[in-house]
Amino acid sequence: MDRLIYLDNAATTKTVPEVVEAMLPYFTENYGNPSSVYRFAAKNKEAVAAQREAVAEILGVKAKEIYFTAGGSEADNWALKAAAESYASKGNHIITTKIEHHAILHTAEYLEKKGFEVTYLDVDEDGMVDPEELRAAIRPTTILISVMFANNEIGTVQPIKEIGQIAKEHGILFHTDAVQAFGQVPISADECHIDMLSASGHKLNGPKGIGFLYIRTGVKIRSFIHGGAQERKRRAGTENVPGIIGLGTAAVRAARTMEERAKKEKELRDYLIGRVLEEIPYSKLNGHPVRRLPNNANFSFRFVEGESLLIMLDMKGICASSGSACTSGSLDPSHVLLAIGLPHEIAHGSLRLTLGEETSKEDIDYTVDCLKGIVKNLREMSPLYEDFLKEQKA
Amino acid sequence: MYSEKVMEHFQNPRNVGEIENASGVGTVGNAKCGDIMRIYLDIDENKIIRDVKFKTFGCGAAVATSSMATELVKGKTIEEAMQVTNRAVMEALDGLPPVKVHCSLLAEEAIHAALWDYAEKHGIKIEGLTKPKSDIHDGEEEEEEEY
Repeated sequence: MDRLIYLDNAATTKTVPEVVEAMLPYFTENYGNPSSVYRFAAKNKEAVAAQREAVAEILGVKAKEIYFTAGGSEADNWALKAAAESYASKGNHIITTKIEHHAILHTAEYLEKKGFEVTYLDVDEDGMVDPEELRAAIRPTTILISVMFANNEIGTVQPIKEIGQIAKEHGILFHTDAVQAFGQVPISADECHIDMLSASGHKLNGPKGIGFLYIRTGVKIRSFIHGGAQERKRRAGTENVPGIIGLGTAAVRAARTMEERAKKEKELRDYLIGRVLEEIPYSKLNGHPVRRLPNNANFSFRFVEGESLLIMLDMKGICASSGSACTSGSLDPSHVLLAIGLPHEIAHGSLRLTLGEETSKEDIDYTVDCLKGIVKNLREMSPLYEDFLKEQKA
Repeated sequence: MYSEKVMEHFQNPRNVGEIENASGVGTVGNAKCGDIMRIYLDIDENKIIRDVKFKTFGCGAAVATSSMATELVKGKTIEEAMQVTNRAVMEALDGLPPVKVHCSLLAEEAIHAALWDYAEKHGIKIEGLTKPKSDIHDGEEEEEEEY
């Protein structure tokens, strides 16, 4: 297997050489602890500050509002648990959606066990949250709204500005999990009235194990990791200096290349969607046709099962995923696909292809050509397809 | 995650297809779990499984266990086929990941369901065979979440 076509950029991305190069000196040369007094270490403190500044500028916020974490899941856990705890005196109700990442959903379920009440908003068949439904769900006891910016599986981009506006009108804290969106689509924290935002480095050609939580000044949430005075006493632990350099460098690069990259990815994505829907019968696009991440395509193929599809694609050198990578260990189909109303057997036959900046038209053509044959073969083996054909004849 | 044997059977499954006017047909599993297996048996007058075919909707392990199960019962008597357990299928495939063990159970059940159908049609009783538990329409079992 010589050919490698990586179409799983929503799972993780390649750390680009430019980012690795920026990080390297901070392992072997500038390894000082930013909290130390001597000059050797002080320049690392400055380097971290510069990256904080750079990340803040992309979101249009202040540097002191950016808190580096060990990734997106930590940022999500922190935002929900700490906000719930800090605002418990005001109420015990949280609103989120049925299509959040497990870092949000499982944290919300944990909070339910601790006595909080959580409303999980439905989405429509395209995966969109209805802002009016959100408005109707608000109670006098609502202390937090958490709605993801863009969905990791089906790519649907939520009406964040409208949601933020509603949260603001009611004086409720608004958090968004922007792990998939940050670096892919423009985000203005102020314009969308975002109070807290989670992001991750490895989704934007940066390193793994680093992310951040934006916390608007005035939001009273406490430390999640207790210890030293790092991150303005809100997130203890010696700074992951190479990681922070990597995240900052990748974020700046992603912001710089966003427009051009999105344009190219959208074109290729729509070409992919067009070919698949036209050439593979009984296939369906999941997620919003227009309001979706530039690099995301998610399909369902009736009568076939996703894992079989993935293994067959892997044999052809194509890396893809079926639903979220996190759900692959379980036997249930993706909660997101069920939330948009797909029946179980169709949800089991889903395929997510997420493009990257290096994806070419040739890659797409090769993938669709392979996919056609694989789906056909699996259908010939499928009792569901056999039943379907017999029903058609009858 | 899969053994070479599993991968080999998944990529080149044996006995895929249908048998017209089969002596017995059994379908087990359900769409909710994402696994449905159907086995067709052609059994001669000496109660020997002359031919066997399968169709499976499911993961790599589901296809491989179906393929291996059909191989193990082909040419066997009904009594011998009854001895083909999920363990035998798993061993023949050099093992399965723990989360996929249920696929081998499904394969055993599919064979039993097809034998049950055969026994019903011919008004005979097969020693040790019970009515198949699962069909494709049940299985709205409770989800279990761990965290």
